[in-house]
Amino acid sequence: MIIKHPLLGPRDASEFVYKGDASLMDRPKWGTQKSQKKFYEYGYLRKNPAGTHKELWYHEQGDRSWLVVTRNTVSHEIEKVELARDIAKIKRATKK
Amino acid sequence: MKYSGLKVFWEGLTGNKGWKPVWRNPEPKKHYDIIIIGGGGHGLATAYYLSNKFNIHNIAVIEKGWLGSGNVGRNTTIIRSNYLLPENQPFYEFSMKLWENLEQDFNYNAMVSQRGVMNIFHSDPQRDAFVRRGNSMIMSGADAVLLNEKDLKKMTPFLDFDNARFPIKGALWQPRGGSVRHDAVAWGYAKEADAKGVDIIQNCEVTGFLIKNGKCTGVETTKGIIKATKTASCVAGSSSKVMSKAGMRLPIESHVLQAFVSEGLKPVLPGVITFGAGHFYVSQSNKGGLVFGGDIDGYNSYAQRGNLPVVEDVCEGGMAIMPMIGRARLLRIWGGLMDMSMDGSPFIDKTDIKGLFFNGGWCYGGFKATPASGYCYAHLLATGKSHKTAENFLLKRFEKGLIIDEKGQGNQPNLH
Repeated sequence: MIIKHPLLGPRDASEFVYKGDASLMDRPKWGTQKSQKKFYEYGYLRKNPAGTHKELWYHEQGDRSWLVVTRNTVSHEIEKVELARDIAKIKRATKK
Repeated sequence: MKYSGLKVFWEGLTGNKGWKPVWRNPEPKKHYDIIIIGGGGHGLATAYYLSNKFNIHNIAVIEKGWLGSGNVGRNTTIIRSNYLLPENQPFYEFSMKLWENLEQDFNYNAMVSQRGVMNIFHSDPQRDAFVRRGNSMIMSGADAVLLNEKDLKKMTPFLDFDNARFPIKGALWQPRGGSVRHDAVAWGYAKEADAKGVDIIQNCEVTGFLIKNGKCTGVETTKGIIKATKTASCVAGSSSKVMSKAGMRLPIESHVLQAFVSEGLKPVLPGVITFGAGHFYVSQSNKGGLVFGGDIDGYNSYAQRGNLPVVEDVCEGGMAIMPMIGRARLLRIWGGLMDMSMDGSPFIDKTDIKGLFFNGGWCYGGFKATPASGYCYAHLLATGKSHKTAENFLLKRFEKGLIIDEKGQGNQPNLH
């Protein structure tokens, strides 16, 4: 698989480390009544869809950026690649 | 149909005209006591043990493709019971004991061949770890032998003992481990389950569950609605896909694992050999091909095919312990879907939905578990209680902190 890095262009997937579902960016709040349950779900449960999947890849053998890759798990086709930090910025802005 | 030496001899003399199909192709009935989703190794084993050991006969096995079209025909056929943790090892030893009597039990030649499994170690600390594992195996009733360098050299002179980076110091050997003709396992279970009245319904996909007030009363399929008192999912790599139809999210990611076969060679490997410093395992099939594999590709996939970097990695692992493998030509590569769980251990459990049961999370170790998985799932379905060797395989173990992590990797499925 070739991942089109937004800054570095096309890179082989073997340069990356795979982390998992991009929902791992949304860590739940701690210290609330529901936190224990939320952290269990965050840590252990996955949608694991057959089809479009947003996932985190870490460019360890490159610029060490985290990417959010939108990929089809049935065809391995990559639909979109974004910098995770850009997505985090947008999420933070909309939360405010 | 009963198979015997005499029958083979007789059929040989009479033009092999007496062989008949050994399972029917029935249309689904309206209602069953138990529906098993998934006609692979584990599903058919479950049907077999339910009908032959627990005396429940009104059962359907529903399979999306053809019988045994998934991982039971894609694995590297290795059986062993060399686990470390007390939650796992008794279960795998139970499985090994079932393997040893399987062919007599279901009257089918599955070519169970106990030619031994050798886990090679490369350093003193690794020897210590393997001694510990060996002791854990012996405590569960399994067999384990520590081979030193001299013993191992006699058995496998072709290994690269003086490798500069990973010198070979010995191996943990389980003589009772070995390999099995994997397709025959599915066929044998199917034959005997069918003989006891189990309906095996092929080319029938489950498209939904009938769930009302937290109770499951059957499934919707491409052949219409089929009702059941109990519904049991057993679909390995497609677990998340099927269970999402019941609104469940599982502690599972689906990954692709590739397997490899070389051209046929004269007998050279005494048994199964695994590399201790990388991920590589190899055995020789009865036809002579070297059957080998290594790591999963490492990303979520439902594609049943992998990518080239892992092919390279696996072949490097082979070259590191067994340089002669470089002379063999690769014949075939294929992939299968692994239901990688969050701690590397499986599930055989009820769900929160009444009447709905789940078996899955076998990672890439499901084949060796086939008989025990079927037996323990049948036990749970028939008696409502977990079998004593499978009582730790709970779906909710992560919530309760009862994690069974053989490798100590944490909740990162692609590392198990």
